[in-house]
Amino acid sequence: MKPLNQVVSATPPSGIRRLFDIASQMQDVISLGVGEPDFVTPWRIREAAIYALERGYTTYTSNAGLLELREAVCSLQRALYGVEYDPQQETLITVGVSEGLDLALRAIVNPGDEVILLEPCYVSYQPNILFAGGTPVPVASRAEEGFRLRPEAVEAAVTPRTKAIMLCYPNNPTGATQSRVDLQAVVDIAVKHDLYLISDEIYDRLTYVGRHTCVASLEGARERTVLLNGFSKAYAMTGWRIAYACAPRPIAALMTKIHQYTMLCAPHIAQRAALEATLNGENDVREMVADYDRRRRFFVRGLNAIGLDCVEPTGAFYAFPSVRRTGLTSEQFAERLLQEERVAVVPGNAFGASGEGCVRCSYATSMAQLEEALARMRRFMERNRVFAEQEAKATTG
Amino acid sequence: MREVLKILEQDARTSPAQIAAMTGLAEDEVRRLIAEWERSGVIRRYKTVVDWERFGEEKVYAYIDVSVAPERGAGFDDVASRIYRYPEVRSVMLVSGGHDLRVVVEGAGIKEVANFVAEKLAPLDRVTATNTHFLLKRYKDDGDIFVESDSDHRLMVAP
Ligand SMILES: Cc1ncc(COP(=O)(O)O)c(C=O)c1O
Repeated sequence: MKPLNQVVSATPPSGIRRLFDIASQMQDVISLGVGEPDFVTPWRIREAAIYALERGYTTYTSNAGLLELREAVCSLQRALYGVEYDPQQETLITVGVSEGLDLALRAIVNPGDEVILLEPCYVSYQPNILFAGGTPVPVASRAEEGFRLRPEAVEAAVTPRTKAIMLCYPNNPTGATQSRVDLQAVVDIAVKHDLYLISDEIYDRLTYVGRHTCVASLEGARERTVLLNGFSKAYAMTGWRIAYACAPRPIAALMTKIHQYTMLCAPHIAQRAALEATLNGENDVREMVADYDRRRRFFVRGLNAIGLDCVEPTGAFYAFPSVRRTGLTSEQFAERLLQEERVAVVPGNAFGASGEGCVRCSYATSMAQLEEALARMRRFMERNRVFAEQEAKATTG
Repeated sequence: MREVLKILEQDARTSPAQIAAMTGLAEDEVRRLIAEWERSGVIRRYKTVVDWERFGEEKVYAYIDVSVAPERGAGFDDVASRIYRYPEVRSVMLVSGGHDLRVVVEGAGIKEVANFVAEKLAPLDRVTATNTHFLLKRYKDDGDIFVESDSDHRLMVAP
């Protein structure tokens, strides 16, 4: 038969998949590999969805989504970050931020355009850029620098073909957030070189230190930014597939056009649930965030205590410790930790080459499981800490 | 600081070291706070939530609405205190609405509870009426759900 699509065929499968296959064959595994909340969706939201079903809200909605929901998310963004979007012309309800990413890239990228992405980053960015016909240009951030955004490295990656920069803070997988100053510096680069910005702020509410900076609120950003956000993380609604995109009118119009022909609309019941979440979910969000924060502090301290050096993650629900003391690569570490101690973590290189040397651990798991996971990892580290003694000698001698 | 109480309220066995890790406070500070709250009565005591039924022990609970005759110069405190001193009384609350006190009584059987109401509660001075509701099934009590909870449906590894 004729060859299938060459871009898709050439894209490697997700690095997360293989580990998943091994882990799901095993018993008694503690998984720190899950990139979603361990809460079920708060009851008030589930109840609103049940009610919506009973009322028969089983139809299509307008392409852009329920106007009430668009108005509600615009009010939320205004209240939180002072950004103003027109619910009619600049806001689109999407099937997850996943769809929003795809739409933004397809609306912006022409074949051959380069898109800068800041690695380590969410696994979908590279493939989405490729599927949109673009060329991903990774810029690395480093554990030694706390995964700080390096505006100078971003600017160095700009070429005449650069079209957009993708940002994601708080970050999956590092848990890093960025200072307003550094984010503004990236916006300034975008302004200087006339680039678009795609800002995936799905973890905005899960910010534990300082306040979240909405990229669209920065000076010069709004007219060139696609702001993506959703319900999956803050409201524990991953399975509902519901999110939103805000962008200036010309971009929003193109995104809506693609969405109209490929998706028609986001699921109606999920939109009703999301409306309840936006209007009445605030206390639930606060409770969940407070809970993650306790686990975050506990877990990160535990990692550092057993020699898995970890810069403080200030957002999302991930820690991204370095495995350098074991002398193993991230993949070797993840595979041996799973085989020997039955703890699943995700090798850092799944999130880009610069994630090598680290592993992603999600602390969206009960305290009891985190404690047990740390105990197992401690045993593993006691057997595999090859560099500890040499280093101790180096510092004392 | 409030965090420390929230954590203990969820699980009283969380150690000061764990609380310190979870809040970022120093362990000594956590110990000092707890000691102070124990002294001042902010922390009243530590207890365990037991599902006696699952243990195999049947207990009977009754929720009793008690009406109290008003009397000049006397609030409800004196009547309430005569009731709450009985060890079989789990709680006594002054409530708004058609009745005055809401009393929860625990007993080994219906008869025991009925006797308590007939012999101790109803004859009290100023108690004009009682209305007893026996507990049939406990779904959620004081924040704890007593029926089967949902399991974790998540995949082992997700992006
Ligand atoms: C950074 C980031 N963006 C987007 C998504 C996908 O979100 P959604 O469920 O809204 O499609 C995830 C999910 O893990 C994520 O971590």
